[in-house]
Amino acid sequence: MTDAVLSIRDLCVDYVTEHGAVRAIDSVSLDVYGGEILGVAGESGSGKSTLVHAVMRILPPPAVIRGGVVQFEGRDILSLDEGELRALRWNRISMVFQSAMDALNPVITVGEQIVDTLTAHRTIPTAAARARAGELLEMVGIPDSRVDAYAHQLSGGMRQRVCIALALALEPAVVIMDEPTTALDVIVEREILNTVRSLQRRLGFAVVYITHDLARMLQYSDRVAVFYAARIVEAGPSAELHRAPRHPYTQGLLRAFPTVHGEEEARSIPGSPPSLVNPPAGCRFHPRCPFVFDRCREVVPEFVSVGPDHAAACHLLG
Amino acid sequence: MTKTVARDSGLSLWVHAIRRDRKATIGALIIAFFVLVALVGPLLVADPDAPVGIPLQVPSAQHWLGTTGQGQDVLAQLVVGTRTSMAIGFAVGLVVVLVGALIGVTAGYFGGRVDALLSLLFNVFLVIPGLPLAIVIAAYLPSGPLTLGLVLVVTGWAWNARVLRAQTLSQRKRDFVAAAVVSGESSFRIVTREILPTMTSLLVAQVIGGTTYAIGAQVGLEFLGLGDVSVATWGTNLYWAQNDSALLTGAWWTFAPTGLCVALVGFGLVLLNSGFDEITNPRLLQERTWRAYLEKRGCEPSRSTPVVTEHD
Repeated sequence: MTDAVLSIRDLCVDYVTEHGAVRAIDSVSLDVYGGEILGVAGESGSGKSTLVHAVMRILPPPAVIRGGVVQFEGRDILSLDEGELRALRWNRISMVFQSAMDALNPVITVGEQIVDTLTAHRTIPTAAARARAGELLEMVGIPDSRVDAYAHQLSGGMRQRVCIALALALEPAVVIMDEPTTALDVIVEREILNTVRSLQRRLGFAVVYITHDLARMLQYSDRVAVFYAARIVEAGPSAELHRAPRHPYTQGLLRAFPTVHGEEEARSIPGSPPSLVNPPAGCRFHPRCPFVFDRCREVVPEFVSVGPDHAAACHLLG
Repeated sequence: MTKTVARDSGLSLWVHAIRRDRKATIGALIIAFFVLVALVGPLLVADPDAPVGIPLQVPSAQHWLGTTGQGQDVLAQLVVGTRTSMAIGFAVGLVVVLVGALIGVTAGYFGGRVDALLSLLFNVFLVIPGLPLAIVIAAYLPSGPLTLGLVLVVTGWAWNARVLRAQTLSQRKRDFVAAAVVSGESSFRIVTREILPTMTSLLVAQVIGGTTYAIGAQVGLEFLGLGDVSVATWGTNLYWAQNDSALLTGAWWTFAPTGLCVALVGFGLVLLNSGFDEITNPRLLQERTWRAYLEKRGCEPSRSTPVVTEHD
């Protein structure tokens, strides 16, 4: 494995409310290696989306980053000023948002939007930018005759492809995909993910892929990090994680999916995720954990290495 | 870390929101003062029409704001005038929005021919120049506060209707309205329970704007002599001051206090509006909390997510 392009250490993010701060990301450390697909899994509200928005520094108020380091291409993103962030965003790290309809401007053509993106960051003649826009659309599987189409003239899947073309326009090192296929049906979803994977293999960018669909994630990611209540509980190669999940939460998640051959019945994890306003002490999963013992209720578990590049935060492993 | 918050009742929520915002607090105090003057003031001062001494006396211990050109007490006229002017102002502010909402929301919600007809109506009223029309109507009808109120409503409702129609059109297409239609709610209920509450901040701003407009326009018309000049209001005070050549004789006390009152009420209403904005738009409150948090820790609120490393 190559070196990490994006390295997050002890990142903390708070949401400031009238009644005090709520910690939405609690000391999270994570590496994204060059040219890999890193899946980030977790339930709604577990912090996976907050994490990637914090990395881009685009979390809206009332969010505040309370500490940590986000190392990217030799610089700490958390110490950059507005101008440096502007130069970095999209240029080196870009993003594909969940709702392609809302991410595209309804009153200009998709081609113009790609041209805008190119000319905003590069000194490039408009004719060349237009040619490049057609190329980018072809690359994601849209005939370049559609370069003059408006967003509403395209199907949901096509729109998401346009968003991917936009994200790749400046050849960034990292592309963040925040639930890119949640609004699409499974067949279109698979086509798009296949496109992303083949482009990623060809162009060598890294992808941070966020979804709550663990099965999809295991299928398309090289590595997976599992979030639970603002913390990472387990991270490792997806094959490893699938074969031998070590954290009880990951085990529970995997058991919650029915298998194709139906030899084992799907079982859900009892209970519901804790409130971040008043999280449980010790291991945050302890109220729902089938293997809970005294230590879990008091001590926050450290990450324990359980294999090559595979670690989990659980007292059972320590 | 967390405090348990008792579920606030409607009124205490408003009081709380006004107290939290310094601008709104000042505005509320100004308006409360004038409302108080309007309610109890007339009981405390002498008859505003009675001649009390030599005309055009400068302010003194006996007549705090001096006397008018007719030898009446300026303070008494001002205080009694406050009641009429404020009453017309608030009444017109409310009615203008009620009429605007009724017509605008009906047009926007039902669409089609109803919309075409009502839109035509308010568009016609929009093109008619307001002040000349007001002058013409006020000159023909028997003069008095009620006539004035009517004139102000007729010339003032169309903008509200137009804005509310546009808002309704956009809300009408939202899924929650479709869901309400499917679940069998009546049109009346959909409009009053589903659509109108989404426009609360707009409606409140319109009432406040309407009141400001009504007080200003009313004073203007009365100043021109189109009101009932025998009734003491802010506008007729100014009319008489002008009639008695107050500017030429330098009798500033006959018009400056009234002018100041008009300006203060308008100012107070605008300040109050900023507090109401925050109640109806919780995101503004969130952002305020966030700003206060950053400023306490010596950080600038920035467009990019701020980084605060200092520990509490």
